[in-house]
Amino acid sequence: MPDLFSQLWSDYTVRTVALGSGILGIVSGALGGFAMLRKQSLLGDAISHAALPGIAIAFLLTLSKSPLVLVLGAALSGWLGTLLIISVTRTTRIKEDSALGLVLSVFFGFGLVLLTFIQRQPYASKAGLDKFLFGQAAALLQSDIWIMSILGIIILLIVALFWKEFKLLSFNPEYAASLGLPVRFLDILLTSLLVIAIVIGLQTVGVVLMSAMVVAPAAAARQWTDRLGKMILLSSLFGAIAGISGAFLSSTLERLPTGPTIVICMSLLVLISLLFATNRGLIWRWLKERKNRQKLQVDAVLSDLYILAQQHENIEHSHPIEVLRTMSIGHGGVDRTLKELQKERMVDQKEDGTWRLTRQGFEKAKNMSEKGENL
Amino acid sequence: MSQAQIEIQLIAIVVSVACALPGVFLMLRRMAMMSDAISHAILLGIVLAFFVTQNLSSPLLVIGAALTGVLTVVLVELLHRTRLVREDAAIGLIFPLLFSLGVILISRYAGNIHLDIDAVLLGELAFAPFDRLMVFGRDIGPKSLYLMLGILFLNICFIGIFFKELKLVSFDSGLAMALGFSPTLIHYSLMSLVSVTAVGAFDAVGSILVVALMIGPPVSAYLLTDRLSILLLLSSGIGIIASVSGYWMANLMDSSIAGSMATMVGFLFLLIYLFAPNKGLVSLARRRRRQKIQFALEMLLVHILNHQGKPEAQRECHVGHLSEHLYWDKDLSRQVLKQGEREDYLQRQDDYLFLTPEGQDIAEKSMLR
Amino acid sequence: MSDKLKNQNPQNAVEVEDLTVAYQEKPVLWDVDLHVPQGVLQAIIGPNGAGKTTLIKSILGLVKPSAGRILIYGQPYEEQRDLVAYVPQRGSVDWDFPTSVLDVVMMGRYGSLGWFKRPGKKEHQLALEALEKVGMSEFSRRQISQLSGGQQQRVFLARALTQDAQVYFMDEPFQGVDATTEKAIITLLKDLRAAGKTVLVVHHDLQTVSEYFDWVLLLNVRRISCGPVQEVFTDQNLKLAYGGKVSFLTHHTHTEQDQITNI
Repeated sequence: MPDLFSQLWSDYTVRTVALGSGILGIVSGALGGFAMLRKQSLLGDAISHAALPGIAIAFLLTLSKSPLVLVLGAALSGWLGTLLIISVTRTTRIKEDSALGLVLSVFFGFGLVLLTFIQRQPYASKAGLDKFLFGQAAALLQSDIWIMSILGIIILLIVALFWKEFKLLSFNPEYAASLGLPVRFLDILLTSLLVIAIVIGLQTVGVVLMSAMVVAPAAAARQWTDRLGKMILLSSLFGAIAGISGAFLSSTLERLPTGPTIVICMSLLVLISLLFATNRGLIWRWLKERKNRQKLQVDAVLSDLYILAQQHENIEHSHPIEVLRTMSIGHGGVDRTLKELQKERMVDQKEDGTWRLTRQGFEKAKNMSEKGENL
Repeated sequence: MSQAQIEIQLIAIVVSVACALPGVFLMLRRMAMMSDAISHAILLGIVLAFFVTQNLSSPLLVIGAALTGVLTVVLVELLHRTRLVREDAAIGLIFPLLFSLGVILISRYAGNIHLDIDAVLLGELAFAPFDRLMVFGRDIGPKSLYLMLGILFLNICFIGIFFKELKLVSFDSGLAMALGFSPTLIHYSLMSLVSVTAVGAFDAVGSILVVALMIGPPVSAYLLTDRLSILLLLSSGIGIIASVSGYWMANLMDSSIAGSMATMVGFLFLLIYLFAPNKGLVSLARRRRRQKIQFALEMLLVHILNHQGKPEAQRECHVGHLSEHLYWDKDLSRQVLKQGEREDYLQRQDDYLFLTPEGQDIAEKSMLR
Repeated sequence: MSDKLKNQNPQNAVEVEDLTVAYQEKPVLWDVDLHVPQGVLQAIIGPNGAGKTTLIKSILGLVKPSAGRILIYGQPYEEQRDLVAYVPQRGSVDWDFPTSVLDVVMMGRYGSLGWFKRPGKKEHQLALEALEKVGMSEFSRRQISQLSGGQQQRVFLARALTQDAQVYFMDEPFQGVDATTEKAIITLLKDLRAAGKTVLVVHHDLQTVSEYFDWVLLLNVRRISCGPVQEVFTDQNLKLAYGGKVSFLTHHTHTEQDQITNI
């Protein structure tokens, strides 16, 4: 395994792809965390689709495929799409989901028109623009990695600098405004960072799947922690793990496109988190519920026996299990519960199969019922 | 126009109407992004069903693929119901996964399938006329035209039969439940319809343009009317205009037909967004400006009514104090005063303002509003 | 901060003149005047849609008024921001946000911390003290989603306390809270008054107005009446503010209050 790893690492293409995907995972993971908390999970989808015409226009204007030029074009048109969504929802009765759907599909359609138009022009350097649709990680160059890293570091630095402001903006923007924070500026800044984080990933993962890189790491990270800092760190980490493992997988197996492979790795991480996360995870929750239910059953049987004992004014008097079953309608599991109580020496069973409280069990039940009456 | 051109436009028209009709309800039910999710996720269904049927326009494939659409809706709801993620995040988690699986299957078995990723995304309307439907050895037209006509018929029937229920569920699902309609049943029927339509249209216009045709026309029409029946008609009309003009734009620019149709959808929306009577930006701005002065005048009348005859009237009702107290700039103050005097609500004596009986009337009415 | 207080005529903490606010073209507040002397507990009451929340938000500059001016201790709000603290409605935020009680309370210091500075020991200490005052000390490490409604409200109050302001604006702090919290809030309000602070509270429960507050503003889009509770909180004014519907309510109020005073 380590052999395979070092062999992969020494391969220029694989290393570049893995580095690119990793950086992309870190950056989109961090910004995606904020997007999710600001209830903008699907905005990423709209931004990435809206970026497509920007790429084509940037190319048409400059006839250059320099990543910086294309990223700039993508960012501008991604921004324009976001602005349109905001303005449509503010000025009309059109709801956000419709505005998102409209902008993403129309911008994308327009992008396709431009791409097919470019495709049929006699430019020499036109090839390769369509890699933005699904991403083509294998085409990443060392220079792309540099640009991605520099932009990524700038984004993360800004997030760190404005950490407390972004936190308050995401949690309670009105209160932030009452403290005198420039909420509008912060909102624009954070959204711009999201736009940039998305456009630097387009070349690797593609327009169509980029939204998953924004939503999924954050959704996975949220399950493991209740602190914003840890959540954003985890989200970045998950993004990086999925990016790197997806890149490696797709380069070891034939005909496994990088973008979709990264998305599947990411989805696995989400699934694991949803199931196994401590506190919030489904399995954890199920175990906790079962424990609660068992405790309820134990309490119910104890108190039933206590009621019977009181009716007979003699603790020694024992009762057949059928009586308890009748009394416990709605709780169930009487047999198992009695066995458990027997282990704890709260009840004992006579030779004829009937049950009664022990002294210890009687005290506990009495205690419980008195507490219950006080409530 | 050649016959192929006419056929392509016919298909485009049928597709756009078939998409716009269920799209209206998606928009009203705030589930527009579900169409995005469904139209992506059905790729997996199409690929899987294609392994079985080996025929892209087989009705069996349509049904099989539509099931993946419904599966998407179910999965999103299951995920949302765990309360671990919000609904929008659930959508954003499910459809990229299903879409990725579809893309990977295509690229792994690309040799065996006549399906390429570009066609999936963009559709290829231009090739639609080549696949003919033969009945008893006679050519009666392109297959996909009949497929889409069938789906359109299904949509019209469904909406016709359940019009009342759909209306109720879209505007007030609580009331619908109370009246004994099952919103869940209607919801899933609608989602199945969206899935079937998406699969059918997918072949012609590709996955993302399905979204444009489902959401764009209803959203534009929503700025023009309030009535559901007119909304349905207008959406269909806008869809038709967008698809036909989109086709000719593609012809002119020698570019993707589906992309051009989506672009025209966007262009029509932009026109309506700017110029719609009442709800458009231009009329909104014009109304705002007119109402600003009207409103300011009303405010001034109320202000004078509140202070006139009281000890502070000296200060509050003086012309010079308007800008100081109400924070108006000189220009606005002048316009408002002029308007007030013209309409005979205000009188000026030595730079002090008084209400005429009409003005007093207006002010009192404003306060009671 | 003390300079700002000394320089001004101390009697009015908040002055609102001719405030008109409209959303789109619909007026929400009409020409409202409000003068709140320093050191009073002022209730703002009125029916739903009367503009109570809008009044607070426009004083705090969160909503742009169409006309009017707002002074805090004689100066425009922008210059007096550090004299003012705000307690928004509890329901206005997502309580599943990944953060702790202590963290939320420290947010009160973000305004005075300035850019790029992280909350440190001092902020920590202030937040703990504020939590102590609202009886929430043992909850400081708790995730906020695990709080009850009343506890959430007390966290918001503690956050405002860390601002160490002169004027407090609270939007429905009694909405849906338990009896313990209600008592805690009242104690807190009285402590604030004793320290010479001014508190404006949007309030819903007519039955407790005269028990909890000294001053009251009756609002229904326009100002109905404003002043000391005994003078202003009358059946006639309530009818003006709420329409005829209130007669039963006020009647009820008086008997309830009599009972309370009898005990």
